[in-house]
Amino acid sequence: MKTLCKTAVVPAVVIVVALVFSGIAVAGWEPKKPVDFIIMAGKGGGADKMARLMQSVIEKHKLASKPFIPINKPGGSGAEALVHLKQKTGDDHTIMVTLNSFYTTPLRQPGLGVDVMTFAPIGRMAEDTFLLWVHKDTGIMNVDDFVKAAKSAGNKWIMAGTGKGQEDQLLTNFLNKAYGLDMKYVPFKGGGRVAKELAGKHANSTVNNPSEQLGFYEAGNTVPLAAFTQDRLPLFANAPTFRELGKDFVYFMQRSVVGAPGMSKEAEEYYRNVFKKVFQTEEWQGYMKKKSLQGEFLTGSDLKAYWKREKDIHETMLKDIGEI
Amino acid sequence: MEILDHLIQGFAIAFQPLNLGLVIFGCALGLFIGAMPGLGSVNGVAILLPMTFLVPPTGAIIFLAAIYYGAMYGGAISSIMLGIPGASTAVATTFDGRPMALQGLADKALITAATASFVGGTISVILFTLFAPPLAAVALAFGAAEEFALMMLAFATFIGLGGDDIPKTLFSIFIGLVFSAVGLDIISGQPRLIFADIPGFLHGINFLVLAIGIYGIGEMLWTIESSKGDVQISQATVTVRRIIDDLRTFKHTIKATVMGSFLGYFVGILPAAGATPGSLMAYGVAKTISKHPESFGKGNPEGVAAPEAANNAASTGSMLPMLTLGIPGSPTTAILLGGMVIWGLEPGPMLFIEHQEFVWGLIASLYVANVFSLLINVAFIPAFIWVLRLPFTILAPIIFVLCIVGGYAPTQDMHDVWLILIFGVVGYLMRKLEYPLAPAVLAIVLGPLAETSMRQALLISNGSFMVFFERPISGPIMVTAMVLFLLPVFAWMKGKLRSRPAPPGEEQ
Amino acid sequence: MRKAELVMAAVMGLFSVYLMWKSAELPIGWIPEEGPGGGAFPFWLSAGMLVCCIWIIVRWFGRAGTVAASTGQYMDSATLRMFLLVAGSLTVMIGLIHIVGVYVSIPLFMLFYMRYMGGHRWLPTGVISVATPVVAFFFFEISLKITLPKGFTEPLFYPLYDIFL
Repeated sequence: MKTLCKTAVVPAVVIVVALVFSGIAVAGWEPKKPVDFIIMAGKGGGADKMARLMQSVIEKHKLASKPFIPINKPGGSGAEALVHLKQKTGDDHTIMVTLNSFYTTPLRQPGLGVDVMTFAPIGRMAEDTFLLWVHKDTGIMNVDDFVKAAKSAGNKWIMAGTGKGQEDQLLTNFLNKAYGLDMKYVPFKGGGRVAKELAGKHANSTVNNPSEQLGFYEAGNTVPLAAFTQDRLPLFANAPTFRELGKDFVYFMQRSVVGAPGMSKEAEEYYRNVFKKVFQTEEWQGYMKKKSLQGEFLTGSDLKAYWKREKDIHETMLKDIGEI
Repeated sequence: MEILDHLIQGFAIAFQPLNLGLVIFGCALGLFIGAMPGLGSVNGVAILLPMTFLVPPTGAIIFLAAIYYGAMYGGAISSIMLGIPGASTAVATTFDGRPMALQGLADKALITAATASFVGGTISVILFTLFAPPLAAVALAFGAAEEFALMMLAFATFIGLGGDDIPKTLFSIFIGLVFSAVGLDIISGQPRLIFADIPGFLHGINFLVLAIGIYGIGEMLWTIESSKGDVQISQATVTVRRIIDDLRTFKHTIKATVMGSFLGYFVGILPAAGATPGSLMAYGVAKTISKHPESFGKGNPEGVAAPEAANNAASTGSMLPMLTLGIPGSPTTAILLGGMVIWGLEPGPMLFIEHQEFVWGLIASLYVANVFSLLINVAFIPAFIWVLRLPFTILAPIIFVLCIVGGYAPTQDMHDVWLILIFGVVGYLMRKLEYPLAPAVLAIVLGPLAETSMRQALLISNGSFMVFFERPISGPIMVTAMVLFLLPVFAWMKGKLRSRPAPPGEEQ
Repeated sequence: MRKAELVMAAVMGLFSVYLMWKSAELPIGWIPEEGPGGGAFPFWLSAGMLVCCIWIIVRWFGRAGTVAASTGQYMDSATLRMFLLVAGSLTVMIGLIHIVGVYVSIPLFMLFYMRYMGGHRWLPTGVISVATPVVAFFFFEISLKITLPKGFTEPLFYPLYDIFL
């Protein structure tokens, strides 16, 4: 009987303590337990690094009263994460870091029944930029050279990228169409791996984010030819934008934080404040500058409008390559 | 002796009181994380990453590297004591470590593992110190075709690990490979084999889920049956005297240890390979070159030494592409890489030039972490042995709970826990019918690497298989693999000609 | 033993057919200039599984192979009882995790196992059953920050989080 007593006493004490504490809680929503911080990508990728940076910043500056716990759900190009969030409808303790598969995955897999517009718009932390890269030893110094070389190689020209039906392939498709090329797109796992394929000359070109190519670029292994941005990037001032080259094409990768659909207004407000503070920290600003990230902090209806616009753009682009 | 200067400078950094304290603390913590089934170095490093904001970057990476090392040592503990590989890197250690523990030689197995890890770690750190830049070039030259060739070599080296029963061994390999295909097809970007549209299958069937199911739940059911429920799992004892004796017998395993160290290191530096194929290959090779190949799988210390030396060496090796190329050689280094980015260090070719203090501080810490991991590990052996001597009906529910909680922790998804139960029960029922299950576990580790790299290479070559044979690095590896594949066939045919009913292959 | 061998091979054979059918959702053939389709790898390997199962069944009729030739029993009644008890209690424990969480279902399982299966005295049984979840809480939730499922008992932990996190 001793144990029976014990097993009964412990929860009883806990309940009493719980009652006492819940009475103390006052105005302003605060998380009651650790927050699930879902990452829509695998460990070590760009989204993962950023999520862990955000988590670390939150921890360092004590921006939240409970820890944010990163959980990777990379399955099915983010499908697993999206479905998980959908199942957590109404939950105030589940938020997620997203990228552009936020638009593309539900479009490509309508069976998931995920409507991203229902997700709680917490904050867009940055927009990642893309550039066209080649290896230095090719001697290619500008887009014209690139087009010439790629054209003569036909489908032997290898463009390495991350994932199928995602950012890198959309950009490859743009280049193929805009310049009449027939580059072959080969998917690899993760942007770091793609960058290495180029540095090791296993691929002829890539459309990496700056953060992925920076190391090789600084060592003089790879060259950026042009940027898919509005204006030239300060870090790569020699690389023109495609707009300058007469192709009106701009493409970004969003780095946003979303909440589960149906999250309470108070919780949404709370996370919004946390991430706004993260955005303003020295660490985050420094990181953005160093990795050539752009964009202001967007939230609420502005963020929703942004999603709507981007979602439509992606729908058109995916139709274009026949993925949907 | 520029390198020596750097190294001395590095030691000065590593021996700063704060850094030294971090190394010791990290090793001890890593040891426990690694010893938990389910939790490996990846989890340890990922979870503790934000904590490192409290100390300067050099101290932080030193701390995380110490956890990494500690966890690699710790992985062997659960492999040997419970027969459950805590991480894919420690699978090969169970093959002989577990039989040794069952024979009451757990202490010897643990000591062998610790010393082999130490030697592996030391050799690899020395190689790292001396040859980092040229080896980085090798890593860079490894593309998809080379990776596939390497995977074939890995399959070839453990072809002899199956059982006597050819169809059942093949079945086991096939089912492991099919399970490894569950989840996302990276080449077409389509989900595949999503059974009953359950979203949990989208992240695939993790190696750990199969390993904890088969080696954890399945093995426990097996032990319960053979023990009828109430004997001790082993008659393990330990005394200081025995530990010293065990340390003396190190010379018997030195060949396997040194071989494993070099092999593990070289496989470890290759991107995407990491410590798992390294340790498996080391086991296969150790068996081939051993004087007593027949005793492998039945408790040969060489079978513990080789993979343990290799996985530690490989973990150092996988830091090389991380530091020099900015690409992770293993999931754990992927997280470490994230850490470096957070601290504002740019990994890549320039790191060695711009942040010498950091690089050499890290290398020196690896030496130090190695020594402390060994000491801490040996110091805890009596405690581990004591646990083994608990009555089985107390140990069993604790192990079951460890399996369940450990299986849940990495993905935090109950789906995986149910899979563990199913794999455990079905695995047990199959094992009773003499289906060998180790091949399935190996296949699920290597399957995705092999398939992806093969298809990437074929995409690049426009569908021509010659790509695997034409290239200067993949060609020779591929040919070696082919020869190794065909050897048993020749031996079998020769045996068949000589005496009719000859057992093909060898017992696991 | 013989019956079990046949049943297992047949069940696994059926499973392979299911896997083949499931793999065929993606192209299983050769795509020119690209290599094998997304379903090819699992499809042909599942086909290999099927061949192995047929091989085992054919052999069974010839009484070849150690299991097919043996006359022993697959599971005697004592083993079967033990197996059902352990597997059953594990299933119940995992099922309960969804409802009442690990911190209730684990002690219940341990209590059952040690007391009923092991026949240990109440004192050690109780101490270990209570200590395991407490250690698990501090190891996973507090030091490693991995939250374990708690079912409807979750609100009980809020004050603990307030104290320790």
